Amino acid sequence: MEPISLTGTVLLLPLASALVIMLFHGLLKNVAHLVSTGVSIIMFGCALIFLGAEDQPNGLLLYEYLKVGTFTADIGFVVDTQSRGMLFIVTFIGMLVHIYSLGYMKDDDARARYFGALSLFMFSMNGIVLADNLVMMFIFWELVGVSSYLLIGHWFKKPEAADAAKKAFLTNRVGDFGFMAGILILFGLTGHVSIAQLQGSMESGALNHIRDNYEWIITLAGLGLFLGAMGKSAQAPLHVWLPDAMEGPTPVSALIHAATMVAAGVYMLVRVYFIIGASHVTGDIIAWIGGITALMAALMATQQSDIKKILAYSTLSQLGYMVMAVGLGGPKEGMFHLYTHAFFKAMLFLGSGAVIYACHHEQNIWKMGGLYKKMPVTFWTFAIGTAALMGVPLMAGFWSKEGILAVAYPEHGHGNGILFGMAVLTATLTAFYMTRLVVVAFFGKARGKDADHAHEAPLVMILPLVVLAFPSVLAGYHFLAEPLQALVPNHHEGAGAKVVMGCSLVAVIVGFLAATRLYRNADKDPVNIPLFANKFYIDEFYAGLVKYGQDRFAWLVTALERIFVDGLTVRLPAALASGLGSWMRGLQSGSLQAYTFVLGLGIVVVVYLAVFFSTKP
Amino acid sequence: MVTLNHYLLVSGLLFSIGLVGVVVRRNILTIYMCLEMMLSAANLTLVAFSRFRLVEGLPDYNAQALVFFTITVAAAEVAVGLAIIVALFRARQSVDITAVEKLKG
Amino acid sequence: MPAVLFYLFSALTLVFGLMVVVLRNPVASALSLVMSFAGLAALFISLDAYFIGIIQILVYAGAVMVLFLFIIMLLDIKAEALKKVNAFSVVGGALLAIVFIVQLGMILGGLEAGKKTVADVPIHFEAAAETQKLPTIKDDLAKKSLPDTKLVGMALFHRYPFQIQLMGALLLVGTIGVVILSKREVN
Repeated sequence: MEPISLTGTVLLLPLASALVIMLFHGLLKNVAHLVSTGVSIIMFGCALIFLGAEDQPNGLLLYEYLKVGTFTADIGFVVDTQSRGMLFIVTFIGMLVHIYSLGYMKDDDARARYFGALSLFMFSMNGIVLADNLVMMFIFWELVGVSSYLLIGHWFKKPEAADAAKKAFLTNRVGDFGFMAGILILFGLTGHVSIAQLQGSMESGALNHIRDNYEWIITLAGLGLFLGAMGKSAQAPLHVWLPDAMEGPTPVSALIHAATMVAAGVYMLVRVYFIIGASHVTGDIIAWIGGITALMAALMATQQSDIKKILAYSTLSQLGYMVMAVGLGGPKEGMFHLYTHAFFKAMLFLGSGAVIYACHHEQNIWKMGGLYKKMPVTFWTFAIGTAALMGVPLMAGFWSKEGILAVAYPEHGHGNGILFGMAVLTATLTAFYMTRLVVVAFFGKARGKDADHAHEAPLVMILPLVVLAFPSVLAGYHFLAEPLQALVPNHHEGAGAKVVMGCSLVAVIVGFLAATRLYRNADKDPVNIPLFANKFYIDEFYAGLVKYGQDRFAWLVTALERIFVDGLTVRLPAALASGLGSWMRGLQSGSLQAYTFVLGLGIVVVVYLAVFFSTKP
Repeated sequence: MVTLNHYLLVSGLLFSIGLVGVVVRRNILTIYMCLEMMLSAANLTLVAFSRFRLVEGLPDYNAQALVFFTITVAAAEVAVGLAIIVALFRARQSVDITAVEKLKG
Repeated sequence: MPAVLFYLFSALTLVFGLMVVVLRNPVASALSLVMSFAGLAALFISLDAYFIGIIQILVYAGAVMVLFLFIIMLLDIKAEALKKVNAFSVVGGALLAIVFIVQLGMILGGLEAGKKTVADVPIHFEAAAETQKLPTIKDDLAKKSLPDTKLVGMALFHRYPFQIQLMGALLLVGTIGVVILSKREVN
């Protein structure tokens, strides 16, 4: 198959599926899920073939979307290691989530709508992965936002879900503003938006000249693009939407809000790394925001009791890790962690979905317990995922996490002692909260009626868990990572490597032991830190900001509008017209004689004007 | 001697009398008669000019044709107008125009 | 026409016209109008417009005024009460009339063509007889008598046939309108 038809199929097939399902929603009620799942399997097949495609540095043109003068923005595809590997991850996890959803959403009334939105998401995500220019990426960036909105708000009758969907959408707008500003700055500097052309320009062209003389412009452009990534990848302070997005169906959380869409920010940063890497300021800001997000989210995760919320904060924390790695000059390390994280985090979410499904939609871990006997497959896969996330040696997460720690280690080019300490602390906390989750949910005795009656999930839900368990263990090894086109970082040698390894191991052990000791046989949370449980009060801060800032501002704007728009331009002319009208109304006396008199007066005046009035002197 | 001006003056006076009648009187029938008077005054002007402007040695018969049309229209107008007056009288039991003030704004 | 007759008929026309406005009884007003129109018809005839003069009598003084009288009888309209006269309208109407007459007088004062008499513009029968083609008109003109009705007929049917038909349509529509207006019941 030609690469262009391959990528075209990958892009357009889910679009067709989404359109067909959404347009013939009622007609396809009972087959929509099969259509969507079938399409996802075909896409995965295409992605597998695509792994062997040749590099196309100048991109493949599918469709000339915009052409104004010398400016072009096409629907075109970039083919390189990064896009091949990412497409594999997206379609692989997408396919598994589709299959898993067959079981999870079996009894949902709006199953067709769900699968239609899932197809739309696959279309949009593939578009981001394959985009060879920033405009196309931005279009699909917005499209994933829309499909994410649709899927978070799938149970829109629940006010929390509707609010969460709205929150996710609005928060992302802030990021998109930055993304667009970044694109516009780059377009303004060079006149094109193609990533390949921008990179060429940065190596020897306009951007190169600008970087040498006006570095702040490049910094500004990089920060704009990073703001977009902050929105999509939920970096502090725009992270608030991701935990709330857990109101969506769990398979959606696994696919969109853990493995793929939220990673799009990191993916994009790595795509435009030549811009970010060109300015130290940009890199530092990105690294710090990533580090702060990682640590803060990990602290918040330690005090949550909702199983999905814990995983959500964990996702935030891991995304912070990746972003920090990119900021510290390790795009490969960031992408590699994205790649391993996608597998085990998707599996953890799907596992939590199985638990939730078994416990009749109970999400509080303190009402679970003792599940390891009732759900052995779920437990073992969940345990593997937890180990991978904690960074237990020889698991996938271990390799990628160590890579990031190595980048942060001061010995490395951009390394930073404080950030390294924060990263190690985060790793410790990760081990701590994941152990806490497993101990509380799966061990001890059942603390709720639902947990008591729990039983293993159906096969379509177990199967994706088992399939994902393999890459969760093995993805870090070269024999799997290389054929899957992951960006494997170079191994760091030297004295630092041993320190990094030691810190990493100590972090896992400390976290694990502390959690085991604290939570074994605990019936309620023995630790109680309101600051962490309440997410550092950031939501409250925003609410206050909106309440006191926005309301005041809105009051001012309303007042101005009332005076100038409503008053001077609308009400005043209206009042004049109506006043004139009431005055003229008096002339309509209704008296025939008065009318005749005026008529006669008119005759006299006309005669005067026609005969006697003269403009000549 | 009787000149064109004499005829025109008589016509103007008759028209003025009609105008005063329309403005002063309230009886719709009288107003109607005054209107007819004004129309006839106009006819007198037309006929006078017709006689004093010779075409091929004869009075201008175009003007007289116009007078003929005016009289026809006036007759039709009287017929319709009187029917309206009858209808109005049925509704108001009066031919006084002060009884009809629906157009008052 | 002798000047005496002109002044007599003018006075007749204007005095009875004034009486139409002044008299309070509508029957008296209508009869005054008949007299006024009779005087007007005489003025038409004095201008050699015999046909117009005759139909002024026939149509106006005959048909139209009979219609007025008939309606007055039908509705049984009484004379207007004296107190109802509106001073404002009387003053306004008189003012209008005076201004109009003054304007007219000023116009006529400056009108040179207005100073001609009928005798100054005599009808040229010989010249007219040569240009007219219809034998009957030619013959009448040759005998120095004015075939007024024939000439009006020539003008109407020769130059304005379409307008004549329009008049017919207008009268038809007027007739239908009158029927509908009179038929309608008042709820």
